[in-house]
Amino acid sequence: MKKSLDESKPIFLQIKEQLEDSIINGEIKAEERVPSTNEFAAFYKINPATAAKGINELVEEEILFKRRGVGMFVTEDAREILVEKRKKSFYQTYVLPLKSEANKLHIGKEELLEMVKREDVPIED
Amino acid sequence: MKIEVKNLTKRYNDNLALDNVSFTLDGPNIYGLLGRNGAGKTTFMDILSGQILASGGSILIDGENPFDNRRLTESICLIKEGQNFKKDLSIKNVLKIFSYFYPKWDQELADELIKEYKLNPKSKVKTLSKGMESALGITVGLASKAPITIFDEPYIGLDAPSRKKFYEILLEEYQSEKRTIIFSTHLIDEVSLLFEEVLILQEGKVVLHEQSDILRDHAMAVSGSLEKVQAFIADKEVIKTKQLAGMMTAYVYGKPEEAKMHGLDVEGVPIQELMIYLTEKEGA
Repeated sequence: MKKSLDESKPIFLQIKEQLEDSIINGEIKAEERVPSTNEFAAFYKINPATAAKGINELVEEEILFKRRGVGMFVTEDAREILVEKRKKSFYQTYVLPLKSEANKLHIGKEELLEMVKREDVPIED
Repeated sequence: MKIEVKNLTKRYNDNLALDNVSFTLDGPNIYGLLGRNGAGKTTFMDILSGQILASGGSILIDGENPFDNRRLTESICLIKEGQNFKKDLSIKNVLKIFSYFYPKWDQELADELIKEYKLNPKSKVKTLSKGMESALGITVGLASKAPITIFDEPYIGLDAPSRKKFYEILLEEYQSEKRTIIFSTHLIDEVSLLFEEVLILQEGKVVLHEQSDILRDHAMAVSGSLEKVQAFIADKEVIKTKQLAGMMTAYVYGKPEEAKMHGLDVEGVPIQELMIYLTEKEGA
């Protein structure tokens, strides 16, 4: 979980994305309980209705389900659904900006591919 | 409680404090009422709490006019930035008087807050520092449990940790029992996360009324080459532009995805910044 939220982006989206990340990373597993609306509100000092909006969208997308009187839990298929969704947006979110920056710097397609394939080594100063 | 404001106008001699204002606040919610000095915020809150009469138009709370309306005034608590209490009263008596006035008064919460803010119940109001008087105001506002609680810049002289405590308790109270809280402040960055809806007044008019998360999404700063930005903003509502060395940044309402498709850099605009640009706009 992040320490604080970004004031210039919708808060409910940030709550939603944080939960998604935690589920994808395996920090919160299937059948485990996620923090409640009030816990989010108290932690980030945000309006509880805003936190609820993020959580409710995840319920609609079948990432979370409600156990009455107990709280919100992660569904069995949550991780799979999320990974699929993130893969779909991967091109838009990461590949397009990468290509546009490469274009700006006159890095050709071949050179860019080469970089992607290259073994990762730590950059030394 | 539902608050319906229709064509509300307030004139002081030649000066229009509120100029034909209309909007509706639907229900229990935390509203941020923002604007520069003299924008009409305090006038609006005075009319809403039944303390002064409008020159024209109407405010209806659950269908009734708040002016001189006992049933409604005990549902509304307005805490101003000062002079909320009689100077010669002790804190203990201030709390006692308000406890008779507000049917849902929470004495336990009042006691807790008095302790939290280290106020001595025997002290008279006139002996309190600015910060202590603000703390007393906050105590009364929160403990009133009034279905409509209005804070008009309630924390003059209150230090940052005390303000933080106030936000925390406000949120706790709101969670345990939803009520309409209208919050007017210049310290927007500190509280904007609490707002579900934001209203911005400018020269007696409402220049913006929107859910805060929709604002965070739609209000954006787009940057890029002059031509690209100009082409993008041609059909949009532009709040402000700046230029430097062939580059332009424009603050507009729109969809961030669309701006990205145009190859522009997109950044969100925090509510405080948005308010500044909106209210410095000429003729707004």
